[in-house]
Amino acid sequence: MVKLQSRIPEGPLAEKWSNYKSNQNLVNPANKRKLDVIVIGTGLAGAAEAASMAEMGFKVKSFCYQDSSRRAHSIGAQGGINAAKNYQNDGDSIYRLFFDTVKGGDYRSREANVYRLAEVSNEIIDQCVAQGVPFAREYGGTLDNRSFGGALVSRTFYARGQTGQQLLLGAYQALSRQVKKGNVEMYPRMEMYNLVMVDGKARGIIARDVITGKLERFSAHAVVLASGGYGNVYFLSTMAMGANVSAIWQCYKKGALFGNPGFVQIHPTCIPVHGEYQSKLNLMSESLRNDGRIWVPKKREDAVRLQTGEIGGVDIPEEDRDYYLERRYPAFGNLVPRDVASRAAKERCDAGYGVNSTGLAVFLDFKDSINRLGKDVIEAKYGNLFQMYEKITDTNPYKVPMMIYPAIHYTMGGIWVDYELHTTIPGLFATGESNFSDHGANRLGASALMQGLADGYFVLPYTIQNYLADEINTPRFKTDIPEFETAEKEVKEQLDKLMEVKGIMSVDTLHKKLGKIMWEHVGMGRNKEGLQKAIEEIEKLKEEFWFNVNIPGEVNDLNPELQKASRMADFLELGALMAKDALHREESCGGHFREEFQTGEGEALRNDKDFTYVAAWEYKGDDKEPVLHKEPLKFEYIEVKQRDYK
Amino acid sequence: MKLKLKIWRQKDPHSRGKFVNYRLNDISADSSFLEMLDVLNEELISKGEEPVVYDHDCREGICGACGLYINGRPHGPDSLITVCQLHMRKFKNGDTIVIEPWRARAFPVIRDLMVDRDAFDKLIQEGGYVSVNTGSAPDANSIPVKKVYADLSMDAAACIGCGACVAACKNASAMLFVGAKVSHLTLLPQGKVESNERVRDMVAKMDELGFGNCTNTGACEAECPKGIKLTNIARLNREYYRATF
Repeated sequence: MVKLQSRIPEGPLAEKWSNYKSNQNLVNPANKRKLDVIVIGTGLAGAAEAASMAEMGFKVKSFCYQDSSRRAHSIGAQGGINAAKNYQNDGDSIYRLFFDTVKGGDYRSREANVYRLAEVSNEIIDQCVAQGVPFAREYGGTLDNRSFGGALVSRTFYARGQTGQQLLLGAYQALSRQVKKGNVEMYPRMEMYNLVMVDGKARGIIARDVITGKLERFSAHAVVLASGGYGNVYFLSTMAMGANVSAIWQCYKKGALFGNPGFVQIHPTCIPVHGEYQSKLNLMSESLRNDGRIWVPKKREDAVRLQTGEIGGVDIPEEDRDYYLERRYPAFGNLVPRDVASRAAKERCDAGYGVNSTGLAVFLDFKDSINRLGKDVIEAKYGNLFQMYEKITDTNPYKVPMMIYPAIHYTMGGIWVDYELHTTIPGLFATGESNFSDHGANRLGASALMQGLADGYFVLPYTIQNYLADEINTPRFKTDIPEFETAEKEVKEQLDKLMEVKGIMSVDTLHKKLGKIMWEHVGMGRNKEGLQKAIEEIEKLKEEFWFNVNIPGEVNDLNPELQKASRMADFLELGALMAKDALHREESCGGHFREEFQTGEGEALRNDKDFTYVAAWEYKGDDKEPVLHKEPLKFEYIEVKQRDYK
Repeated sequence: MKLKLKIWRQKDPHSRGKFVNYRLNDISADSSFLEMLDVLNEELISKGEEPVVYDHDCREGICGACGLYINGRPHGPDSLITVCQLHMRKFKNGDTIVIEPWRARAFPVIRDLMVDRDAFDKLIQEGGYVSVNTGSAPDANSIPVKKVYADLSMDAAACIGCGACVAACKNASAMLFVGAKVSHLTLLPQGKVESNERVRDMVAKMDELGFGNCTNTGACEAECPKGIKLTNIARLNREYYRATF
């Protein structure tokens, strides 16, 4: 029987992390070089922790599916990274960042974890600047900030519209330095397919060489997951094409609990879907909401004329525009949190006020800002985003308003971890987006980069030592033991089984079907009937997949279709679990909006009495229902309230 | 729109490659170039043939994974974009499109349009970083940086490591890539400290990995999807002389 222990340290909130560090076990320098750690993924969390642990003296093996560790999808983050520096003298503090994050997450995250996150946020900025991350600066030479959703202060540091790229390159360069020093072995184009456990502890992985198709075994004293989120279960998302759930899913099937799988973030400002052949959705940074105003027409007949293409946004006079976010949320206006902004857009479009041919788009308009600040200022702030928009849509956003619509962007759910980022499998840790920990039911903008780097630079390299301190007497071991044999055989059988299906449908065709089910029933608006339907439909699709998928090529060879099929097999199982999680949570909170549970004004209605807990799911076998475990959430330092952005 | 495609197919680094012709009949002008290749691959798969292999990941122009030579130009007939941002409206109905991999000694072909760009990682490992350990940083505002230098540094740091500069260069030189990294770090006080060692080591490694020399043709700048300027090569040369003599 699994028992969930969050292992939150004793003491007042503000002292927990320093108390922990003062009392935890450490590994001495001579022993560190005897210990191996496997890190899966090279995004912000993965690259930062691989580099930091290698600097400390551990031997690290770093894996990524891309051809280079510099390409992990953290690189796509545009807007910025939060920190409680209060450089703008606008009243920010660690407590305020902590408070905003817990409130933004709709009171479904762990207080102690979030406080630690806010606490180390300042060190992250220091670290990145020291690495040479070229953050935006003022003329006086100090760092510049901007504001993001869900906050009343300017605490977001940024590097034009490429903050994720610059932070990732900082971490990648730190990692490269350790590769050169021989402390990190890099394994690019090497994808994790299974977790190997010896005597109940995580001791290694089975990975597949993407180029040769060969399965290989790697052993270590601990395994750290930093494999990112699982938004591609929806097929269309802002994720990279290769982003997948497989690494964490294999760990789930080996006994690691999966926390809040149904908590998904839908980002309000993405370029709308344009056709059936579409392969991915492009995000327009949340930072645009600093200067862009979101609106739809007030009159239905104007909306209809926009939908038929008879008129454009510029043809609608000011008095006929409905700036619905400013109308509904005067205090936060266009800068309400993402879940609130997304739902409000859906509400207007469902009511028939959508502004493009599909009726699924709203305007993001810069006319007033350009008039107020001048085109040059807007171009300096958002030039690369405007260029990107123009390349994709062939329209000029300086002249006509952008069209945007919500899209799948981030997954708050992930592998359940305790305060030490330790999963329920000893020796297996989960960090960054791959864990469930800090964002509750909704993540605030510019907080993913903060969490990835907090886990990677400042949390995991410490907490993992509390585990590794007990492993110093475990010598390096070979992989020719039965546990590795069995784990490799499991993978080989699964891959052979996929190749043997020899059906007539491509992986993408089937994946698009899964995406439609997920978006329709497990997307922005969910209800009991729809979720039950989703579970049935996914089950049918799973049968169809295993009967009808067509994978050309060979198993022991470079085979992109086989890679996709293997990920898809896991997405199918994950999709069902997400629907089950969303079905069991009979309340609305953050990004999880159950239509049955809303206020008279259409806001999310939580049920704190029955659902103030983390839902952690335990795998029991392919034919058995997963078992739900509950980690109750206690709020000692924050008063739990209905979220209010008015 | 209807298209004729001539695509480079090559089984592995040691096999001889050749162009293979394909036809597509129903491509939307609004789809991206890679979505057009998705459609081709779907057709190939349904016929039991092996799909065309190429690298791609983020499909938003930032990861640097995609890189194809299209009608004689890296990333195709538009400027300041990667292949994944190229849209079919840049072509005309009935066009013939020639698609090749990057061709450079330092980037061997793995299969079809996929190449091995490990050499770029090796270059960064040679000093494309600031030697600072986690936890040892002073307060972020303790060293002011002139805005003009921070901006120039950011211009250079925007490089996505796609390799178009090498592919465009008749000498397959990596000077723009290395120049961008040297500039990004040297322009900041944090990176200035190790400037001499960095530039010497990276230039030596560049020669060792089989990249060619720079003859100031400027093809790299013309084809760079991120608009990295030739002035970064000038800065690299200046730093190199300073470090050497």
